[in-house]
Amino acid sequence: MSGATAAPASEPLRRFLQVARGAGLRVSAAEGIDAARAIDIVGFADRSVLKDTLGLILAKTPDEKDLFDEAFDLYFRRDTLDQADDATSADAADGTTPSPPRAPSPASGDGPGSGSGQSLGQLLEDDDRAALATFMEQAAREAGIENIRFFTQRNLYARRILDRTGLREVERNLEALRQDGAPPQALVRAQALESRLDMLRDAVRDLVERNLILFAKGETERFREELLKSARLSNVERRDLDRMRVLVRAMAKRLAARYARTRRRRLRGQLDTRRTLRRNMGWGGIPFITVWKQKRIEKPRVMVLCDVSGSVAAMSQFLLMFLYALNEALKDIRSFAFADSLIEVSEILEKQPVEQAIGRIMDLIGYGSSNYGNSFADFEDGWMKFVTSKTTVIILGDARGNRTDPRTEIIGRLSQRSRRIIWLNPEYRSAWGTGDSDMFRYAPFCNLVTVCNTLRHLERAISDILEQGG
Amino acid sequence: MNDALPPPHVPAGLDSIEAVHQGLEAAGYIASRQIATAVYIASHLQKPILVEGPAGVGKTELAKSVASWLQLPLIRMQCYEGLDESKALYEWKYGKQLLYTQILKDKISSVIGETDGLGAALNRLNDFGDIFFSHQFLEPRPLLRALETPGGAVLLIDEIDKSDQEFEAFLLEILSDYQVTIPEIGTVHALVPPIVLLTSNSTRDLGDALKRRCLHLHIGFPDEKLEAQIIASRVPGIDARLLKQLVSFVQQLRGLDLKKVPSVSETIDWAKVMVLLHTAVLDVDMVRNTLNVLLKFEADIEATNRQLAGLTHKARQDGGIAG
Repeated sequence: MSGATAAPASEPLRRFLQVARGAGLRVSAAEGIDAARAIDIVGFADRSVLKDTLGLILAKTPDEKDLFDEAFDLYFRRDTLDQADDATSADAADGTTPSPPRAPSPASGDGPGSGSGQSLGQLLEDDDRAALATFMEQAAREAGIENIRFFTQRNLYARRILDRTGLREVERNLEALRQDGAPPQALVRAQALESRLDMLRDAVRDLVERNLILFAKGETERFREELLKSARLSNVERRDLDRMRVLVRAMAKRLAARYARTRRRRLRGQLDTRRTLRRNMGWGGIPFITVWKQKRIEKPRVMVLCDVSGSVAAMSQFLLMFLYALNEALKDIRSFAFADSLIEVSEILEKQPVEQAIGRIMDLIGYGSSNYGNSFADFEDGWMKFVTSKTTVIILGDARGNRTDPRTEIIGRLSQRSRRIIWLNPEYRSAWGTGDSDMFRYAPFCNLVTVCNTLRHLERAISDILEQGG
Repeated sequence: MNDALPPPHVPAGLDSIEAVHQGLEAAGYIASRQIATAVYIASHLQKPILVEGPAGVGKTELAKSVASWLQLPLIRMQCYEGLDESKALYEWKYGKQLLYTQILKDKISSVIGETDGLGAALNRLNDFGDIFFSHQFLEPRPLLRALETPGGAVLLIDEIDKSDQEFEAFLLEILSDYQVTIPEIGTVHALVPPIVLLTSNSTRDLGDALKRRCLHLHIGFPDEKLEAQIIASRVPGIDARLLKQLVSFVQQLRGLDLKKVPSVSETIDWAKVMVLLHTAVLDVDMVRNTLNVLLKFEADIEATNRQLAGLTHKARQDGGIAG
């Protein structure tokens, strides 16, 4: 049986792959080929085997498995639905469920009106639902239903599909039946036809709805996420906050997964002569056992100083969230929040869920007007002694100290003690140094000063820090 | 039945999903439909299977059972941080090489004895080629062994997520083409492509390239019926009513909010303990005393103790024991 289905099977498969991609699975061409080969082996006959098989090949994470299951059920459900009531009896006789999306019978690919030789009117009169369903599917395909992307397009596509089925002609016939002055049986016929036509309209609307879910769901979601990633964090709206949190966590998880492990890297091919000789002393220096050079990658120690004054609060919230999600990849993080003075907030962040913690920090110290000089002095008094040559200091703020003394000499001392200072500024470069901004006074002491006001910036900045191993 | 397929080296007994299921069952492994399908498809497409899932659901066991059912040797490679080619693929036998050069020292003078001049001596030596870098001096490690085993093998690459990313990349050649390249010798092709299973506990995300080359099988916790079958096959002679109670209890435990929920291997251990203690009906004290078999964290045990009476009662009802 597999030989028989192999050729036409590729068409439903191709369409399903498209659906799967729409649902958010990443299906490569190679995987598509594998899927085709696998279907050659198992065939379409058993739906559950088919599902398992495609699931093995196309979905590669638990999340993807869920997406896959959903897409599969939606896609392969659709034609069994219409046949459930009457047409199955014939198929049940030979013991197999009909092969899934029925490859349309006219292989020549003509339109539904011309190819099958049957018109919509005839089909409606015969009340052949299975044929009608196929007819509808094909019309939908010709109308390019797989290009549907937005829910606003629903009516447009429904109309297009109905046009292609030759609805107009049926409607004209209907009119004719009614007008003729009418033998009674014609009126009866017209009424039956009318009700079936209504059914058809409903079915088409339903079909469009399903296809919208099939083809557009993943797409819309992705689109929105992409948008959020590059939106200015200060502009993120309240209703998107939850989505943002999920994104931040996902990003942090990805970074953590990438950097959490490889703590040591072998430098293959570089012999560590000293240690090799030492290991082999027992054999008179003949190198039985070789020792290769290794590079040890330290986890970064990070101190974060976050401006939480009104102007940058939104931004610092995300930075703190991000860093705490990265806990696994960072050795030890100490965080400080400041506005007009500075406090350590590591403990608050550690003990409470991030969202609550941030609220509490804001209550403690947030929203005031910032005084950088004063805050840095606080830092020097309390915590400068913990800064070592392995510490990376990240400062997040707009460097606007409301014309107070910037105390740049403290940052100077900090830069001598620490491994490096990275300043993330949510303002665009063009605004630096204007008004009360002291950015250019601090900049000489920093190893890196960079604009950071979207999630994407944030990810890149943190990724760089991890990359260089602290 | 599969006439479209070029007959690759499909071992006997793999001609239908049902056959796979029965074969594994004969080897003592009760496979769900997904698992049987995965093994079947993998052997026909000649692709490795990447098995993911929580610890103790039988990922490693699957490889062992496939090997014992098909009567192929099981070659197992445990991954860990720092694993590299010399441990996974091959290594030169430095010791043997050195020993041989020492022993053959005398021979060398006889080989180059009559030549005059350094150049001529060198040419002479060249004629012997790379004798010290030939197959004789190669210590095959699991991957190479799997390729060279005549008649095929089952290669189990265990806990691939513990290895480094570089190693993962290095595996790609083997996984897609069943061949490896040894610079001094050349490319070694598999005589018979081995059946490859990789397992992962997902402590880190694997690369897309690796995933693309594999079939991805996710084994979760089995449902009540399947778990009962598994335990019945692993703990022969267990009373049917006790079995029902055990399984019901464990399934309930998995619904609780625990640090580490018990997996199948723990259920099996617990079942063995219960059989050993001649238990017929679960009672609260008995469960409390043996709970450390199922749960591995103190906090989990405490949390469960508080609800023990309810859980046990429900398990007894499911086992068909009144009261």
